[in-house]
Amino acid sequence: MLISHFLRSSLAALAAALVFASAAARADELADASKLLRAGQHQEAMERVNKVLAAKPKDPQARFLKGLIYTEQGNTREAIDMFRKLTEDYPELPEPYNNLAVIYASQGQYDRARAALEQSIRTHPSYATAYENLGDVYAKLASQAYDKALKLDSSNAGAQNKLALVRELVGNATPGRIAAAEQKPAAARPAAPKYAAKPAPVAAVPKPAAATPAVPTPATADKPPAPATPDQEAVISAVKAWADAWSRKDADAYLASYAKDFRTPKGQARSDWEKSRRERLQAPKSISVAVEEPRVSQSGDARASVTFRQEYKSDFLSSRSMKTLVMVKSDGGRWLIQQEQVAN
Amino acid sequence: MRRAAALLRAAAALLLAPCMAFAASPEPMLSRVVAAIEANQLSVALQRVEELIAAHPNFRLGHLIRGDLLLARSRPLETFGNVVKTVPQEKVDDLRAEALVRLRALRDRPDAGRLPRNILQLHPGQRHVLLVDSRRSRLYVFENADGRPQYVADYYVSLGKRGVDKAREGDQKTPIGVYHVTANLPRQKLTDFYGAGAYPINYPNEWDRRLGRNGFGIWVHGTPPDTYSRPPRASDGCIVLANPDLLSVGRFVQVGTTPVIIAPEVEWADAASVRAERDALATALERWRLDWESRDAERYLGHYSPRFSAGAQDFAAWAAHKRAVNAGKSWIRVSLAQVSMLRYPNEANFVVVTFAQEYRSNNLSNTMRKRQYWQKEDGRWRIFYEGSA
Repeated sequence: MLISHFLRSSLAALAAALVFASAAARADELADASKLLRAGQHQEAMERVNKVLAAKPKDPQARFLKGLIYTEQGNTREAIDMFRKLTEDYPELPEPYNNLAVIYASQGQYDRARAALEQSIRTHPSYATAYENLGDVYAKLASQAYDKALKLDSSNAGAQNKLALVRELVGNATPGRIAAAEQKPAAARPAAPKYAAKPAPVAAVPKPAAATPAVPTPATADKPPAPATPDQEAVISAVKAWADAWSRKDADAYLASYAKDFRTPKGQARSDWEKSRRERLQAPKSISVAVEEPRVSQSGDARASVTFRQEYKSDFLSSRSMKTLVMVKSDGGRWLIQQEQVAN
Repeated sequence: MRRAAALLRAAAALLLAPCMAFAASPEPMLSRVVAAIEANQLSVALQRVEELIAAHPNFRLGHLIRGDLLLARSRPLETFGNVVKTVPQEKVDDLRAEALVRLRALRDRPDAGRLPRNILQLHPGQRHVLLVDSRRSRLYVFENADGRPQYVADYYVSLGKRGVDKAREGDQKTPIGVYHVTANLPRQKLTDFYGAGAYPINYPNEWDRRLGRNGFGIWVHGTPPDTYSRPPRASDGCIVLANPDLLSVGRFVQVGTTPVIIAPEVEWADAASVRAERDALATALERWRLDWESRDAERYLGHYSPRFSAGAQDFAAWAAHKRAVNAGKSWIRVSLAQVSMLRYPNEANFVVVTFAQEYRSNNLSNTMRKRQYWQKEDGRWRIFYEGSA
């Protein structure tokens, strides 16, 4: 009751800017603080906000702004604390949930981010920012699930999430918002966004029926592969050099392709493993190893994995297999094999 | 309609059986996930797939479907397994194939009234038979109920990368034929790759060798620890089960005894026609026995095909030998026990008959386990291979 009263009153006054009719001085301080924050003057912004909070410690806008300043300063723990307490004190405000989610996502805690965004949407089913953010979080969770499905190295957290931090409390408000919130019983759990959002400003939600034609659009299906980056080329040429050494039966060059921390099969001692590899190279009269269709996926500057079809022929045996090498870039800039996996 | 959802829905539409006897398998949970997708209850589906993953954390197909369900909330799906394009497509195709094979198996439950034509008769010592349907990627276990097979369970299996009909070493194919388990290799003796254990089979058998097929080391084995199961076509010719399934199957295996029949596709027939086939062959076997006892070499040899061979002996050499032996006999008594009759897959009217034979005569007696290959030629069952088993 109290909170809905707060929302109404803040909304009434919101027409121009973040202004509370009842406290113009405070509003000025906060507007200034906001400007300072945008200008990157974190310290000064903090001083203004603290001044307001000294007089009104519970003020949601001041606390929200303080959370933002913490976020900008990279002080995530304080920021999380601030936004979390705001969600406790004002559970009907969607923005603190949203910003909490953005921080969680930046830490790779996508499940928590998802929970916070769903909470934000539950609070305001037509809150577009949260939907967009939630779409990105779902995509990220999906990619983690795919990594598990395909046993890929999921250390590619390098892809920066582009979730939008909300800068203003009740900033996205339109008069329709309150109405929407009231129509929606608070307890109703939006199962999937598509069910929850009726007048949805929702770009990311899957379209029902009739949307996509049965034929994949050439735009996505036939996109030519991106040109190899210099690193990818270096990785591929390291793999080729390894295969050449193997084909030449040059055990020294072959073993030099492996990193110091190479994971030997079944945790074998490095010396035993080297010995068995030397024997394996020496046993046949001739060996030929071809690397076909190498595909590199890079995760970070110094780490990549490359998957290819390995055609092995010797006077004893010929075999084709899919092999994946996890490569690391040594201090000297050489790409070395750190893990070796054969698909079966 | 989005294609992936359509694909999953089509798969879901195949489902009939709501509950399965084997709770350890992820398949019943998978079918509930697909049922929810089919009903367009995507959040229910997501919840169920999360339960499935909690129960089977290494079940990769579950992670793939979870990925799709999460991504569907973010943008329209393009296909089943909307993985970034840099991932080798084969990996996704493998999981898709596994999904379809598993869902099809849930639809095509063995009909209680129908029996596999391969199992004509089991001998009393054979408690179970393992029967592989390659096309369905399925291993069926049948119990011996008074010589007739009775369905017990079935399991998803992975077979050779390049399919079936093994002929050459290194061809990465699974053999087709009638085999038996030759050993039990427990987990402790194996590397992780074989999972919970392994049961080698006797490929190449006499028939394979006669056809010049080679290769070795065809095993029924488990799965490495990093995955719950492998794709339908994944091994170098072995028959691979999920570890819990291998342990279940292991309880049915008797080394040296349990038949392993690998068929391109199991042919199911009604019990009466299987019995009629069995009776016809049993009659032929009994005539062979009686004609042997009669010491009439020509009637006895009439049971053998002109194509007969056993080791280096062809029909002519065999006939000459038998005529000479019979001439020295004043009486012969033959009794057969523990007879099994297993129809060879992929061959027309070809049955492997194995039995314990007790032979007595005026100048020689012995007992042995014998194996014969019978084939119907011009409407008559004839033997074209015979040897000790």
